[in-house]
Amino acid sequence: MYSLNSALRVDTPRLDSAEALNAYRENLIAGQDPNQTLVVVCHGTGCMANGSNRVTAAFQNAIEGADIKAKVMPGIKTTGCQGFCSRGPLVLIRPQGLFYQRVKEKDVEEIIQRTLIEGQPVERLLYKDPQTGKRIHTEQEIPFYKLQERVVLHNIGKIDPTDITDAIAAGAYRALAKALSGMTLEQVVSEVEQSGLRGRGGAGFPTGRKWRSAMAAIEKKGRPVYVVVNGDEGDPGAFMDRTIMEGDPHSVLEGLILGAYALGAEQGYLYVRAEYPLAIQHLEIAMAQARELGLLGENILNSGFSFDARINRGAGAFVCGESTALFTSIEGKPGNPRPKYTRSVEEGLWGRPTILNNVETWANVPLIIDKGGDWYAGLGVPHSTGTKVFSLVGKVNNVGLVEVPMGVPVSHIVEAIGGGVPGGAPFKAVQTGGPSGGCIPYHLKETPVDFDSLTKAGSMMGSGAMIVMDDSDCVVDVARYFLRFLEEESCGKCLPCRLGLTRMREMLDAFSKGVGTERDIEDLISLSQAIQDGALCALGSSAPNPVLTTINYFRDEYRAHFSDHKCPAGVCKDLITFSIDPDACTGCRSCARQCPNNCISGEKKQPHVIDANQCIRCGICKETCKFDAVRVS
Amino acid sequence: MIQFTINDQQVEAQHGWTILEAAREHGIDIPTLCYHEAVAPSGACRLCMVELKDGNWSKLVASCIYPVAEGIHVYTETERVHNVRRWIFEMLLATCPASPEISALAERYGVTSTRFSAADPDRTCMVCGLCSRVCEEVVGLSAIATVDRGVYKRVGAPFSRPTDVCVACGCCLSVCPTGAMQSLFDTVRGIPATIMTQLTA
Ligand SMILES: Cc1cc2nc3c(=O)[nH]c(=O)nc-3n(C[C@H](O)[C@H](O)[C@H](O)COP(=O)(O)O)c2cc1C
Ligand code: SF4
Ligand code: SF4
Ligand code: SF4
Ligand code: FES
Ligand code: FES
Repeated sequence: MYSLNSALRVDTPRLDSAEALNAYRENLIAGQDPNQTLVVVCHGTGCMANGSNRVTAAFQNAIEGADIKAKVMPGIKTTGCQGFCSRGPLVLIRPQGLFYQRVKEKDVEEIIQRTLIEGQPVERLLYKDPQTGKRIHTEQEIPFYKLQERVVLHNIGKIDPTDITDAIAAGAYRALAKALSGMTLEQVVSEVEQSGLRGRGGAGFPTGRKWRSAMAAIEKKGRPVYVVVNGDEGDPGAFMDRTIMEGDPHSVLEGLILGAYALGAEQGYLYVRAEYPLAIQHLEIAMAQARELGLLGENILNSGFSFDARINRGAGAFVCGESTALFTSIEGKPGNPRPKYTRSVEEGLWGRPTILNNVETWANVPLIIDKGGDWYAGLGVPHSTGTKVFSLVGKVNNVGLVEVPMGVPVSHIVEAIGGGVPGGAPFKAVQTGGPSGGCIPYHLKETPVDFDSLTKAGSMMGSGAMIVMDDSDCVVDVARYFLRFLEEESCGKCLPCRLGLTRMREMLDAFSKGVGTERDIEDLISLSQAIQDGALCALGSSAPNPVLTTINYFRDEYRAHFSDHKCPAGVCKDLITFSIDPDACTGCRSCARQCPNNCISGEKKQPHVIDANQCIRCGICKETCKFDAVRVS
Repeated sequence: MIQFTINDQQVEAQHGWTILEAAREHGIDIPTLCYHEAVAPSGACRLCMVELKDGNWSKLVASCIYPVAEGIHVYTETERVHNVRRWIFEMLLATCPASPEISALAERYGVTSTRFSAADPDRTCMVCGLCSRVCEEVVGLSAIATVDRGVYKRVGAPFSRPTDVCVACGCCLSVCPTGAMQSLFDTVRGIPATIMTQLTA
C-alpha cells in the first residue's frame, strides 16, 4: 500500500501537459498484466470491522512464503467498500472474478491451495443464492450486483484508493486532461447543464444552474470564489458519501478541480465528517499524490491554472451539513445556520460567491466532462438524470450500497437487488431521505425512485439512505426515533424547531403509551405545518416529514395505539404483553435462564409461564426461545 | 424607492429595508419577540413570519430579515401565518408560564390557552438571545452567552461561570422581552456580595 511519505512507485516527474498525463496512463496500462492473479480484499469500513485487514495480512504472510511465490506470483490489492457489506469480509480472485464472502483468516490457506494453486473454487465461501440455493461463482452473476448499474461507483472495489497510479490507469483525471486541453470555462459549465445533473445532497437543485448563477455572481462581484465539497453525511443509515470518499477519493477531487476550473477558483474545501477518519486519510493521500504529479496545486498540468484544496473536519453536528452552517463552521465559528435570505452562490464562504456540492454530485462531474452531458442525460429519466447511490439498510436481506439509474421502481431496489425482507414477508414501508424524508408504503412499491415522484408520494430523495421496515416496525416508534434524533441535532436557534420538535415527540410518546385522541393527530398535522412554514433552516422545516407521511399512510396504526391500546407491530412497550404458548413451549428453560427479571417459572420439560406483573418487556425471552413459543400481544 | 404591496396596500420603502421595517413605517402590525432596533435581527423567534405570494406560488419568510424587493406581494394575516403564530404562542405559554409579558403578547393575538403542559412553572426566558446580542453588539462586551445547544439551549454567563466582565449597564434588562433577565442577571454577575454575606451569616 502507498503511504503519504513515500515517493510514487513509478519514477515520475511532474506531468507537464495533458498529453503527458495520457501517455503516463498508457504506460501504466501497458505495464499491467491482465492475466496476473490478483487477490482483491475489501478494506471498506464494514469489511474492516469484520477483520478484513487480518485476512489481507494472512494472504501477505502466506504469499511471501517462498514456495507459493515461485508457483503463481499473485498480487494483493485492497480496495474501498464493494457494496455488499452484509457479506463481508469480501475477497475477489481476479482475473476469474471468483467472489468469496465472509472470509476469515483461517480460510486463507484453503483459498491459496485450492484456488491460487489448483485453480478450483472453494465452494463453501461462494455466495449462495437464497432463492435457488445454488452457489454462484462470480460477482457479475450475483443478482445484487447484476441488477445494479455502477456508474459513479465504477472504480470502487476495483482500484486501490491509496494508489493514484491505479486510479489513473482506471481513467482518473482523463476528464481534467480533456478540459485543460481545449475546453473553455463556459463549455465545462454547459456540459454540466446539458447533463441535467441535480444535487445529490438532498434538495436536488440542478447543478448546472447553480454553477451558471455562480458565474453570474462572479460577473458582479469578481473573485475570489470558492468550491466546496459537502462530506458531512449525517443521516442515520447513510454511507454513500463515505464509501465514495474512501473508495475513490480521486473522483471527488477531480470533480472539484473541474468545478474550480469552470469558475476560476483557486481554493477549495472538503468538509468531511469527523467520524470518517478513513475517508479523511484517503482524501489526504489522494491530494498529496495528485500534487506530486502536478494535478493539484500550482500551474496544474502546466496549463496556467492553479488550484489547491484543503480538508476541514466536520464539527460533529448534523446541522453542519446545512449549507450556511457549513460555511460558518469552515470560517471557524460555531456551525449554526445563518438566518439571512441570501444565496450561497452569491454570498457563501466569507461572503464570496461559492459553489457547494455534495460528494456524490462532485463525483459525477468527471464522468460528465469525460463522456459528455448528453451521454449522462441519457441515463435515468427526464428531470432526474443519471444514477443514484443508495445505502440499503434495515429489514432487508442484502444490506449494502446500491447504484441504479434514476427512475427504477422502489421494488427493484428493495426486492430485486435487496432480496426483500428476511423470511420472505412483504416489506411494510421504506423510509427514504432519512430524518427529513418520509416513507413509501408497500402498496406504492412501484413508485419510480426519482426526485419528483418521491416528493409526490410525500417523501423525498434526500441523500440516499433507504431504511426498509417490516411488520415488526411500529410507525409511531419510527417517527419518534427520527424526531428524537433531530431534537438532539437542532441548533436551537429558532423557536418552531427548538420547541416544536420536543412537543411533537411528546405527543408521539403519549401515543406509544396508549394516550391520545383523534384531535391529537389533527394537532400534530397542524403543528407540523407550522414548523414546516416557520423554521429557519431545512433541518426544522423538513423534520415533520416522517410524522406526516406515516400518519398519511398508516393512520389506523396510530389510532390503534390510543383507541385499542394496542401496538400492532408489538413494539411500544406499554402496550404489549409477553406470554408463552404452552403448546409450543418444550420447557427447555433457556428463557427462564436469560430473563433479567427472573419472572419466568416452570418445571423442566413442562410449559413455562411469564409473570406479567413482573415482566419488564425487554423481549429477551422471545429472542432466546428456539421454538418460537413466546407470544407478544 | 422600492414599491411593493402589503395586504394589497401599495407601500414604499428604502432600498435595504426589511419587510418589518417597511410595515412598521406604514403602521401595519406584525408581532415580534427577538427583534430590537438596537441590534442586528437574528430571525430566532419566527413570530414575524409573513406570506409572500405570486400567483399560485407562496412562501413564508421572517419579515425582520427579509429585504424588501420591487413588486413583491406581502400578506401579514393569512391562514398559514396565523397557524405559525398560534403554535409558537401556545408553545411559548407552556415554555415561559411565569412571564406576564409573554401572556400579554399572546393574548393580543388571540391566544389565551395552550394545549401543552408547562415543564417548569417558574420559567420566563425563551432564549431569544436579545440580551447576549445587545451586550455584544451595543455594549461591546460578552458577559452573557447562550450555552448548550439545541433543545437544551439556555442563557447564562459564558462557560456557565459568573463573570466580572459585566459592567451592570442594564441594557440586557431593558431589551429582554420576557422579564427573564431580572432573575438571570444574578447568575451572570454572581450573587451580589451583600446577599452572600447575609446567606453565610
Ligand atoms: C440539516 C441539514 C443537513 C444537511 N446535511 C448534508 C450533508 O451531510 N451532505 C450534503 O451533501 N448535503 C447536506 N445538506 C444539504 C446542503 O444544505 C446542500 O443543499 C447541499 O450540500 C448542496 O449540494 P448538492 O446540490 O450537490 O446536493 C443538509 C441540509 C440540511 C438542512
Ligand atoms: S430549524 Fe432548527 S436547526 Fe435550523 S436554525 Fe432553527 S433551530 Fe436551528
Ligand atoms: S420480556 Fe424480558 S422481562 Fe419479560 S419475561 Fe421476557 S425476558 Fe423476562
Ligand atoms: S433573558 Fe430575556 S433577552 Fe435574554 S434570552 Fe431570555 S428572554 Fe431573551
Ligand atoms: S465494506 Fe466491504 S463490502 Fe462494504
Ligand atoms: S422578530 Fe423576526 S424572527 Fe423574531
